[in-house]
Amino acid sequence: MPLITNSKTRTEYDVIVVGSGAAGGMTAYALAQEGVKVLMLEAGRNYDPVTETPMFQLPKDAPLRGAPTPDKPFGFYDATIDGGWQVPGEPYTNAAGGNFMWWRTRMLGGRTNHWGRISLRMGPYDFKPRSRDGLGLDWPMNYEDVAPYYDRVESLIGVYGTNEGLENTPDSSPGVLQPPPKPRGYELLVKKGCSPLKVPVIPAHIAILTRKQDYLTLPGRLHPNNPKAAATLAAEMKKRMACFWATACGRGCSIKANFQSTTVLLPPAIATGNLDIITDAMVREVTIDKSGKATGVHYIDKETRRDRHVKAKIVVLAASGCESARILLNSKSTLFSNGLGNSSGKVGRYLMDTVGAKVIGQIPALENCPPNNDDGASSIHMYTPWWKYKEQAAGKLNFARGYHIEFSGGRRMPAPGIFDGLEAQTGGAYGRKLKEEARRYFGSFITFAGRGEMIPNDDCYCEIDPNVVDQWGIPVLRFHWKWSDQETNQAAHMHKTFAEIIESMGGKTTSPVETDGRKAIYRPGEIIHEVGTTCIGADPKTSVLNQWSQSWDVKNLFVTDGGPFVSNADKNPTLSIMALAWRSADHIMASMKKGDL
Amino acid sequence: MSTPENKMGRREALKWMAGAGAAGAFAPATLAQKVENAGTPTRSATDPNLVKAVLDWKGVLAESELKILTALCDLILPKDDKSPSASQAGVPAFINEWVSAIYPIQQADKLVVRGGLAWLNTESLRRNGKDFVDLTEAEKTGICDDIAYLPKAKPEFAFGALFFAKVRDLTSTGFYTSEIGMKDIGYIGNVPLPKFDGPSPEVLKHMGLA
Ligand SMILES: Cc1cc2nc3c(=O)[nH]c(=O)nc-3n(C[C@H](O)[C@H](O)[C@H](O)COP(=O)(O)OP(=O)(O)OC[C@H]3O[C@@H](n4cnc5c(N)ncnc54)[C@H](O)[C@@H]3O)c2cc1C
Ligand code: SF4
Repeated sequence: MPLITNSKTRTEYDVIVVGSGAAGGMTAYALAQEGVKVLMLEAGRNYDPVTETPMFQLPKDAPLRGAPTPDKPFGFYDATIDGGWQVPGEPYTNAAGGNFMWWRTRMLGGRTNHWGRISLRMGPYDFKPRSRDGLGLDWPMNYEDVAPYYDRVESLIGVYGTNEGLENTPDSSPGVLQPPPKPRGYELLVKKGCSPLKVPVIPAHIAILTRKQDYLTLPGRLHPNNPKAAATLAAEMKKRMACFWATACGRGCSIKANFQSTTVLLPPAIATGNLDIITDAMVREVTIDKSGKATGVHYIDKETRRDRHVKAKIVVLAASGCESARILLNSKSTLFSNGLGNSSGKVGRYLMDTVGAKVIGQIPALENCPPNNDDGASSIHMYTPWWKYKEQAAGKLNFARGYHIEFSGGRRMPAPGIFDGLEAQTGGAYGRKLKEEARRYFGSFITFAGRGEMIPNDDCYCEIDPNVVDQWGIPVLRFHWKWSDQETNQAAHMHKTFAEIIESMGGKTTSPVETDGRKAIYRPGEIIHEVGTTCIGADPKTSVLNQWSQSWDVKNLFVTDGGPFVSNADKNPTLSIMALAWRSADHIMASMKKGDL
Repeated sequence: MSTPENKMGRREALKWMAGAGAAGAFAPATLAQKVENAGTPTRSATDPNLVKAVLDWKGVLAESELKILTALCDLILPKDDKSPSASQAGVPAFINEWVSAIYPIQQADKLVVRGGLAWLNTESLRRNGKDFVDLTEAEKTGICDDIAYLPKAKPEFAFGALFFAKVRDLTSTGFYTSEIGMKDIGYIGNVPLPKFDGPSPEVLKHMGLA
């Protein structure tokens, strides 16, 4: 049983947290900092970004120059361990007609080690979508209820960006955001091309430190009544460096300049002495007593392959939306024959991903560019927030919700496939001519990627597949999926818009522009914004959790990952997952104090 | 453009990184520390050592195939004033590594490359009565011009054109992901900088933004 903290495990904890990613890391941090005794169970192995990150390694040092393979689907250097679209020995299935792709990893910190770090707040509209357009579901709380937690999370993890005062694109409180990096050349060119089309281009919000965090004042602001917590945080915050404008964030960051649960949340949580972590621990079931209260969890110790049980007063699932639903559905008992916390029948329902579509453009103004360093903060410096709320409200578009645009390009580190297909531009050049063409075309392509809101529907859900178990003997998930016209119409609009921007920049599209959205849209799950499946709501009959992400049926059971989401705005979900997790943790502690839990 | 003054230099950056690591060592518990079962992770294809990668498969191409491949790669990316040739940048060895991998994409490419190399040699024997490697530059170009671009190739050269496109793409990958190739196209990143200045006035002017 690998245990990564110094203490031996206690016999009983206040809280068990399942999962160590964005949700589990945030929940454990908030609780441990306030003295709550927490046991974290993580299915993956221990992982240390400080020693394990290949910061400056070149393609030539990697097999196949670092190209993606089924073993390492986002490339050799990507910080994904035992995962990707498949986890060895842990399958999932799709019902006929479905083709959901479920990205997972098995490592301490989960997907926060390799995520894109795009950190956008949901806005006021995004919490009340049904009230606005009659579609989907409303959240039981408002933006204002969550806003203070957005401020806290952004201050803690460090997010660069600006306040632009745009519709449904919330500003952060003064002093919260880090300054954004300067735009890259191609990003300025996109901005210029977008301007006649009235498409805004503003600094993106990314969880990367553009300067060292103010470790003298921030911790006190985050923990105003708890000097010990502030001191603990300050000591760890001090170890984080500012970005040095090189290396790819997807590999992780050994200088802790970007956000990973393993560099930002877990170190201070461990330093409190209140958090124990057991890695290689695959949770399969939440146990309950006769009264229906949660008592702990069963997990498989992956090294001995034996079942173990650990106890706590409160159980928090944070294993990623679908996995938490899986654990609930597998926790069957005479009291809960349908799975735990599932009296509404909604566990597994309203699974959502993000609508994705892209078009690539070749831009003559970028050809033969003098060498310049476009590495920057690895991620995007600029983006386009959704800008057509007025048209939508006036019924002028055939889809109800928005999307944002991410553009990637520039003279970035060459990777496998760098000039695949260039013959379309060069008419099949080879020889000395090809060398000249390569110099000419390097950095002249821009990919426009749309990320749009999906509306929850009855056809998209997961359930237990009765015929299949994983290598730990745990029944696996089966996915069901059907896009509605809302999503496919939006994807078609993305293609049209991207083609217009490329044209406005004087460029040419080099990938198909589809008018049929079904051809434009990515596969379900492919954008890896897995949310829904344990929906929150105001009514126990139609939702799994209340607004504190607390089970209606089992009051000492919580889910703090993407599961509670009842809408999936175009704002990538992780920042919101963390804000809501911190809010739940505060509720847990307030309830503990009152003696309710 | 990055000027020498604001470059931090790799050594300083490594020191900086080491500092970040060392700082962690004084903490009561670090993520690297496991009390039970401490030790290095068990390595597998889905959890390889990323910091020091190992390549654990052998090349499948025969010596004779590598000779044809080398000649072809150097025809695709020859030496010029600015940079050495594809083979000088290690491209044939890279393609051998590529087509020898067990994954579906590479296995499919293996068939195209091997079949193509045989096809190319047969074609050169048919046209010139000589092995491809013994052809003059003009004779090699004579064949390659016919297969350089699928949309313009005659129907009987369709496979040849597919093969040529594949080898051209792999040659470009091998060359431009090497340090020689990165230098050739002017990739100047992967160096730590104390600040990010954005594009230089020269670059802005080039893009029509100044
Ligand atoms: C390539 C990529 C790019 C992304 N980019 C962005 C982005 O730019 N912005 C954004 O907002 N989001 C992004 N995401 C999504 C983001 O990573 C997730 O939203 C976020 O990590 C979710 O946090 P989580 O804690 O729910 O899940 P995770 O971070 O995946 O953590 C879950 C953890 O639980 C563990 N676990 C699972 N099952 C069990 C079990 N049965 N027992 C014990 N432990 C278990 C897992 O091993 C894992 O470590 C991206 C994701 C990927 C893969
Ligand atoms: S770009 Fe910056 S934040 Fe990202 S890995 Fe490199 S140093 Fe870290």
